Amino acid sequence: MVSENQPTIVAFLCNWCSYAGADLAGTSRVEVPANVRVIRVMCTGRVDPVFVLRAFASGADGVLVAGCHPGDCHYQTGNYRARRRITLLSELMSSVGIDRRRLWLRWVGASEGELFAATVREMVDELRRLGPNPLATVWCA
Amino acid sequence: MARVTIDNRTGDFPAGTMILAAAQTLGSDIPTLCTIKGLPPDPVCRVCSVEVEHGGRTMMQTACSRPILDGMVVHTRSDRVRDRRRVLIQMLLARCPGVDAVVDLARREGVTDTPFTKTLPASTRPDDCILCGRCVRACREVSGAEVLGWMHRGFTRRVALPFDEPSDECVICAACASLCPTGCLTLEDEAGREIAHDELLLGPNSAIRVGTYQAVPNRPYVDPDSCLHLRYGSCGVCERVCEHGAVDLRQQDRIEEIRVGSIVVATGFDTFDPSRIKRYGYGRLRDVVTTLEVERMLNAAGPTSGQVKTSNGRAPRRVAVAHCVGSRDRNEHEYCSRVCCMVALKQAHLIRERTGAEVYSFSIDLRCFGKGYEEFFHKIMREGVRFVRGKVVTVEPARPTDDGALIVRAEDTLLGEVLRVPVDMVILAVGLEASRGTTDLARKLGLSVGRDGWLLEQHPKLGPVSTAVDGVFLAGACQGPKDIPDAVAQGLAAAARALALADRGEVEIAGSTAHIDPEVCAGCRECAELCPVRAIAFDARHGVCAVEERLCQGCGACAAQCRSGAAAARHFTDEQVLAELEGVLW
Repeated sequence: MVSENQPTIVAFLCNWCSYAGADLAGTSRVEVPANVRVIRVMCTGRVDPVFVLRAFASGADGVLVAGCHPGDCHYQTGNYRARRRITLLSELMSSVGIDRRRLWLRWVGASEGELFAATVREMVDELRRLGPNPLATVWCA
Repeated sequence: MARVTIDNRTGDFPAGTMILAAAQTLGSDIPTLCTIKGLPPDPVCRVCSVEVEHGGRTMMQTACSRPILDGMVVHTRSDRVRDRRRVLIQMLLARCPGVDAVVDLARREGVTDTPFTKTLPASTRPDDCILCGRCVRACREVSGAEVLGWMHRGFTRRVALPFDEPSDECVICAACASLCPTGCLTLEDEAGREIAHDELLLGPNSAIRVGTYQAVPNRPYVDPDSCLHLRYGSCGVCERVCEHGAVDLRQQDRIEEIRVGSIVVATGFDTFDPSRIKRYGYGRLRDVVTTLEVERMLNAAGPTSGQVKTSNGRAPRRVAVAHCVGSRDRNEHEYCSRVCCMVALKQAHLIRERTGAEVYSFSIDLRCFGKGYEEFFHKIMREGVRFVRGKVVTVEPARPTDDGALIVRAEDTLLGEVLRVPVDMVILAVGLEASRGTTDLARKLGLSVGRDGWLLEQHPKLGPVSTAVDGVFLAGACQGPKDIPDAVAQGLAAAARALALADRGEVEIAGSTAHIDPEVCAGCRECAELCPVRAIAFDARHGVCAVEERLCQGCGACAAQCRSGAAAARHFTDEQVLAELEGVLW
């Protein structure tokens, strides 16, 4: 399912900034690696750490959580909340056997289509270096 | 009530009324120099002396300080009164021949010359002081400082400060100077410069003023920073003199709670404070002024009655206009403030029209984007305003050899030359910035503030009036720099949106709201604390939290936080997101 050269990335994108940014990347014909699978949420504050762990357990090689820049959140504080949750989660990830470098939290604005594409490219490169998610073979066999 | 007859006219007045006031009501005009409304009488000029008959006796008394008594008969024009008044006026004429108040009084009373001569050396007392004592009373009653007082008696009597030294007790209220009928009393600072209450350092003003002439409601207000009563507990003259009792200095700020269905935010902007850019010298160099100050100068009802003047009171011969002060500047605000170009062009036009001064305009470029604006710019160019492409670098004081008070240094980027222009006045076209308190207000209303400090609209193109919070609308410059037509347009739109909600009587809400299952909720209230729009309330009776769906924006933060799984974000439930996850990872 997951080839070594083509890591799978699950991206949780907030509706207002990063999803719009990803959309802009598409409408501006910016090439985004096909490795990314987007799940739209209203706000990064909606991203339950369980979603991230479940993504890894289901075989994702990386998880990208992207939201509005600090101060720009449509709901004022959702991205700050996400930052706390993801920081804590990444502290705990190694204890369940997942490299914390597989979980990225980034700010991508609605006008930053190119940044979204660049972020995904960068993440694909990083995940290629890290190799496939070892849990995928254990749990998803 | 007391019945009194003045010059054969009889009237009833409340006890305690002074003869002077009663006489005015009954149509007898009694001259006076020292009486002034709002201050208690002190019969020092004695010009108001009248003949009073009461209890079988007749005597000369000062009308300003003598209360009426029942059955009193007063003569204000008898021979005895005229004689007394003539001598008093002759003595005043001898002492202060150059004072208008005295000369006018003498003319009205038919006194043409004086038999007295001045015998005292001029240095003994100020010539123009008529010893009315208004200043002394003002100092006691208005400011409460009691600095000014009488010194000596008889010929050598005069108004003086304690020991004739400048007094630290003086609160510089200027009440003495403003009430002086002769203008012989002035306030000076240590350098001998005259002091006055200033409005934007341009001209005299008082603590009670009208904010702007277009203000709604157009009422005067008391400036608490200048009002002596509010600062020192003294004065309060305004309350005493207002015939309608409209002044109430005891009023306090009140917090009132009003239930509303929608809120229009129209908190406007502040102008950029140019003293932040040290090299322009604002606040340090006189005659470096902002466009706002020039606007006040140009206003016919403003402090200079529409005259453009430098600090020495003369019309400027050369004026420099520095554009983009605080805007289009990476060190300050990167955005363009939009209105300053046209404001500065208009002022350049008016200054040329009123003073004939040469006007130099220093700008990166001029943004004349609106209807008729470019045409106006061309008109100003034809009027001879000199446009230089290049921002002002510094403003510094001129050398004595320069023809002007200030030197403007700038680079003409078209000629590639550095200019050094001597001018009399520099106008800083200050930019606009979000008004102080915008961030606080945004936090209270749950609005977002952009990186530039302005309030964020829901969508830059499709939702320019509404905000992320339903029922809160933006109008005018709180959302970004705007000129008047744009602000009016947005204000009307915001009003229409608010009215539409009120008119319909019901609101549509998105279906993607949160829901808390009361069967599962443990009542920990974590969700209520994190809800950005405070849509979650704790129901104490049932011990659970509940979502107010009319307020919920559906961000789902509660669903992510809920430990018991009671909170769910509709359309983004755990099951839905996880199913989607399985789907994308297939």
